[in-house]
Amino acid sequence: MSESSAPRVAAAREAPSPSAPRAPGYNFAYLDEQTKRMIRRAILKAIAIPGYQTPFASREMPMPYGWGTGGVQVTAAVLGEDDVLKVIDQGSDDTTNAVSIRKFFERTAGVRTTTRTDEATIIQTRHRIPEAPLKEGQIIVFQVPIPEPLRFLEPRETETRKMHALEEYGLMHVKLYEDISRHGHIATTYAYPVRVDDRYLMDPSPTPKFDNPKMNHSPALQLFGAGREKRIYAVPPYTEVVSLDFEDHPFSADAPNEPCALCGARGVYLDEILLDDKGGRMFACSDTDFCESNRAATTEPRS
Amino acid sequence: MSEAEAPLLVAENLGKDYGARIGCRGVSFELHEGEALAVVGESGSGKTTLLQLLSGEFAPTTGKVSYRLRDGDLRSLADLGEAERRFLMRTDWGFVRQDAREGLRMTVSAGANVGERLMGIGARHYGRIRATALEWLDRVEIEPERIDDAPASYSGGMRQRLQLARNLVTSPRLVFMDEPTGGLDVSVQARLLDLLRGLIADLKLAIVIVTHDLSVARLLSHRIMVMRRGRVIETGLTDQVLDDPREEYTQLLVSSVLQA
Amino acid sequence: MIRVERASKTFIMHLRGGARIAALRDVSLSVAPGECVVLRGPSGAGKSTLLKMIYGAYRCDSGRLVVRDGAEDVDVAAAAPRRILALRRRALAYVSQFLCVIPRIPTLEIVAAEARAYGMAAEAAKARAASLLAGLNLPEPLWALPPATFSGGEQQRVNIARGLVAGHPILLLDEPTASLDAANRAAVVELMNAKKSEGAAILGVFHDEDVRDRIADRLVDIAPVA
Repeated sequence: MSESSAPRVAAAREAPSPSAPRAPGYNFAYLDEQTKRMIRRAILKAIAIPGYQTPFASREMPMPYGWGTGGVQVTAAVLGEDDVLKVIDQGSDDTTNAVSIRKFFERTAGVRTTTRTDEATIIQTRHRIPEAPLKEGQIIVFQVPIPEPLRFLEPRETETRKMHALEEYGLMHVKLYEDISRHGHIATTYAYPVRVDDRYLMDPSPTPKFDNPKMNHSPALQLFGAGREKRIYAVPPYTEVVSLDFEDHPFSADAPNEPCALCGARGVYLDEILLDDKGGRMFACSDTDFCESNRAATTEPRS
Repeated sequence: MSEAEAPLLVAENLGKDYGARIGCRGVSFELHEGEALAVVGESGSGKTTLLQLLSGEFAPTTGKVSYRLRDGDLRSLADLGEAERRFLMRTDWGFVRQDAREGLRMTVSAGANVGERLMGIGARHYGRIRATALEWLDRVEIEPERIDDAPASYSGGMRQRLQLARNLVTSPRLVFMDEPTGGLDVSVQARLLDLLRGLIADLKLAIVIVTHDLSVARLLSHRIMVMRRGRVIETGLTDQVLDDPREEYTQLLVSSVLQA
Repeated sequence: MIRVERASKTFIMHLRGGARIAALRDVSLSVAPGECVVLRGPSGAGKSTLLKMIYGAYRCDSGRLVVRDGAEDVDVAAAAPRRILALRRRALAYVSQFLCVIPRIPTLEIVAAEARAYGMAAEAAKARAASLLAGLNLPEPLWALPPATFSGGEQQRVNIARGLVAGHPILLLDEPTASLDAANRAAVVELMNAKKSEGAAILGVFHDEDVRDRIADRLVDIAPVA
């Protein structure tokens, strides 16, 4: 959620920051090389089995659990000197968490960072997928709290592992059935379960279900890291990702009816911004870069 | 039922040891479609162990259990992969537990409990799943308005009936029951037994029911096996064994039952 | 239809220190289709025991208990449980002295269920049950009630209806008229004679001499084992 209380004005979109020498005393991207190799092995295995939760030896990171340690470890493992890193939190580059993580990598890896989706080679994200379509060669790294989509229905790890191994996913539809019986429709609005490559049931991380269709046949590599739960999973480029539903209650991404108040875009995910304490509010793009680039295209020549 | 019909479940010299302790030993029998077999005995007789062996929950130390699959093949349970066995448990078999909490999802609605097996075999139409669940709730005499309530809010008797519905929705051919009326009030028991009798007859279920209650055995089963200290000491037609018990232990059991 | 060949039975009461009670020794008899054979003898002579042995409710120590099932002969003394169950379903009915009461089931349903087990369609079974109960003078208001609270005579009539409804060709009757008044006894006799003319074989125990005289074709004496 955006920190600013005043409406955002059209700002010049920042070019990628030049790479700066990294702070002394740190290995490149904080983790030692052996750890990065271990994580890369886990990532390769995850890519080989799309949607499968690969265990990995999650390390202690200089941030508490629940603040993206999994995502940071994955990014650290794939980051190279020539990469350009974008970090967003709920679609925005300028929230506390996004700023902290971006600064973390600036200091420990000295890589160039950017807010522009189309210029990034690696995008670490919490809870959103950028509106601008991703391209081949890009990697998007998701921060995942609970990797197991069945966890809230079946608390036993022994059971959920078996269910994945034996493809016993009836329970997930039980959850959706419950939603419909209680609310008349599938009430899950984020972390909406998907089936990857027609095999594994996967939690797409707490992104809104609005973003689920973007995962299907994406040209980018999608990586998921859960630090506390010590799991990594992946969706290789151009992989089928299907949201679960019922024949008579098909999945719908539920695009908002309103346009963005700032850039006028339609069919994008919006944030609600409170303007005052008299109930004044407006809806604006959750993806700040997307919004800014729209406004730049209409009001200023692109820099 | 033709005499030439092949048996549905075959136990051959089944035994399970827990170290030096005998769980059960030397159990052999055949069960055909539509037959009800009661296994009676007191605590520690081995009847629950036997049920666990028959349903494949545990592997036997001696002997084997074979089941005739829908394609006609008689397969030893030990040869089935875990995936196959679990699939069997969800489709062709039922298991009604003594404690309904072990056999139901207590925090999920009754409709979802009944529909889960269907969703597990690929049912994807909410309306039809719900309609089937309603049919089954009706069959087990649960009011349709309770379909969205979780069984945590049900009485003991209702939970058992819901367990029945949950197990029977995929038309299993074989149902295991472990003291299904245990802990229920007498009138509630009567209602459940009545329902069971009707369903067993209508659906031509084969059942293996473990019970310590001889009247339950008499009411529901065609044949009976009396177990003591892990062994089957007497077996035969239910009314024959209960009316004309031959073994001392059986005579003791029968005479211990209070005549109403 | 029934052929008993040298049947013997001894009860061993383990709970009474292994006391042996000889119930029957070397009993032989036969019953032909359309015939009614009545067992005669003092109480405790083993008459009921013999009926139960033929039905398979009691074991037989030695000898043969041959019952006809369609084209086959079945020796109940040696047959497998499944075979006996099939025999009971298809050919052999047993009317005991006491009605085994199952809670909650209405009378009409108790009777009709027997016919359905035989293979009759639900509607036909219900109709047949109704006509039998009517023939036995059981008041219609009682048909929807479970028989647990009925009088002895009413329960007995339900029992009889249960035994006859499926139309089994072999009937074993153990004191079916003991609690009935004269009018109802007459109704039962009429039913029995109708069965006989249909070719049924009946083996029964009747203490009531009047009833015995009216339906028995032969009497077989069962003497207590010394």
